[in-house]
Amino acid sequence: MSIDEKGSAVTLDAAWARRWIVEAAAVVAAAKEELTELDRQIGDGDHGFNLDRGFQAVATKLAETPAPADSPEEVGAVLKLVAATLMSTVGGAAGPLYGTAFLRAAKVTGRAELDGSGVVALLQAALEGVQTRGKSVPGEKTMVDAWHPAVAAAVAAAGTGGPPEDDAVMVLRAAAQAADAGATATIPLVATKGRASYLGERSAGHEDPGARSTALLLAAAVTAAEQAAAG
Amino acid sequence: MIALVLVSHSVRLAEGLVELAAQMAPDVPLLVGAGTSDGGLGTSIDVVQAAVEQGLAQADGVAILADLGSAVLTTESAIDLEDEWSGRVLLAQAPFVEGAVVAAVAAQQGGSLDDVVKAAVSAAQDLCCQGSGVSAPAPGATGEPRVPLPVVDGVSAVVTLRNPLGLHARPAAQVARAVAELGVPVTIGGVDGASVLQLLALGATGGQELTVAATGDGARDAVAAVVALIETGFGEV
Repeated sequence: MSIDEKGSAVTLDAAWARRWIVEAAAVVAAAKEELTELDRQIGDGDHGFNLDRGFQAVATKLAETPAPADSPEEVGAVLKLVAATLMSTVGGAAGPLYGTAFLRAAKVTGRAELDGSGVVALLQAALEGVQTRGKSVPGEKTMVDAWHPAVAAAVAAAGTGGPPEDDAVMVLRAAAQAADAGATATIPLVATKGRASYLGERSAGHEDPGARSTALLLAAAVTAAEQAAAG
Repeated sequence: MIALVLVSHSVRLAEGLVELAAQMAPDVPLLVGAGTSDGGLGTSIDVVQAAVEQGLAQADGVAILADLGSAVLTTESAIDLEDEWSGRVLLAQAPFVEGAVVAAVAAQQGGSLDDVVKAAVSAAQDLCCQGSGVSAPAPGATGEPRVPLPVVDGVSAVVTLRNPLGLHARPAAQVARAVAELGVPVTIGGVDGASVLQLLALGATGGQELTVAATGDGARDAVAAVVALIETGFGEV
């Protein structure tokens, strides 16, 4: 699995961003029932279906929108398309939350290729977007509890991965792992934001579906980078 | 004139609210920005944007009322994205039903965007301010004035509600509108006669007597006008 061992340089460019979203659509489709079941425990039971509807729409939209022929496509251009489509099609709170995350991320990735610090900037902007839209802080049992440790891990990993290209993937992988751990760590929390907060103490003992879907999306970003390395 | 856009997960919920508010504010453009693009449960930024654009096409500004979760987030996203809406579109953080009704009445009275939004926000206070906020009967419900305002050099008159249903939604809005247009503060049953929610909270039914009072310039004419309106029976007798 390790890209370093294979020694292949991976470029986190617009083609990677497109693969990321295709992978995310597949992962979300596969996890649709699981996410919806999590949401049924502590929310209104629509997270998986909503997110699946949104990402299928995004995948279709991306396929219909070819990269510009005359210049290298910017990562941000892909993310912006993702943002607009999610806001239109998800239907639940995940639409504006992920939509704003991708929109803010798009604003700091207006270039053809990301290095490690570029990945950090992407994740930081996404976290900021989620927090602005959701008015949430860590510990409230929301997707912030996955995004926040992901950013912290990315910041810590930046600059430690060797050459710039490898560093970018290293940062991404660290972020995805931290998001996964962060999502798991929401299980004992009592929700104080979002629909789950209506349940109060009864929300403890269940993983937050938004934190889980965040972990899945970041894992998909790593898979997309590894596909490039393998290919 | 200010238009209202109602953003909800449910098209039927928003349409029902339009029906309710239209009864009290017949001239105000009331638009539904609810449901997903295919009319399912949820919200879509496209749907919200289209409703707001429609509102802006026929009004000077748009006040938005939203219900739960994503309705609020989607509305805030739309406002963030549309720079050209700046200053002309505001989200009122208010209870969906009561806020929309009060906002519609304020818009019908010719209020500015700020007036309309403030009216909606005040609905929360009117709703919850008495006691614990848990189904406490409004003091006015027994027919007693809730807080008899001292009438100093004022004018007051007692009028009997002639229509069987009394001050229900439509007449309450009619009275609130009339009082607002008079420009003189008038109390009815001890509450602000220009506040449709306070009038509704009186729970005043047919046959009940209400004291109409005002002070200062124009007090006599104002009281007479309100008494005359109530004595019409609101077209229900």
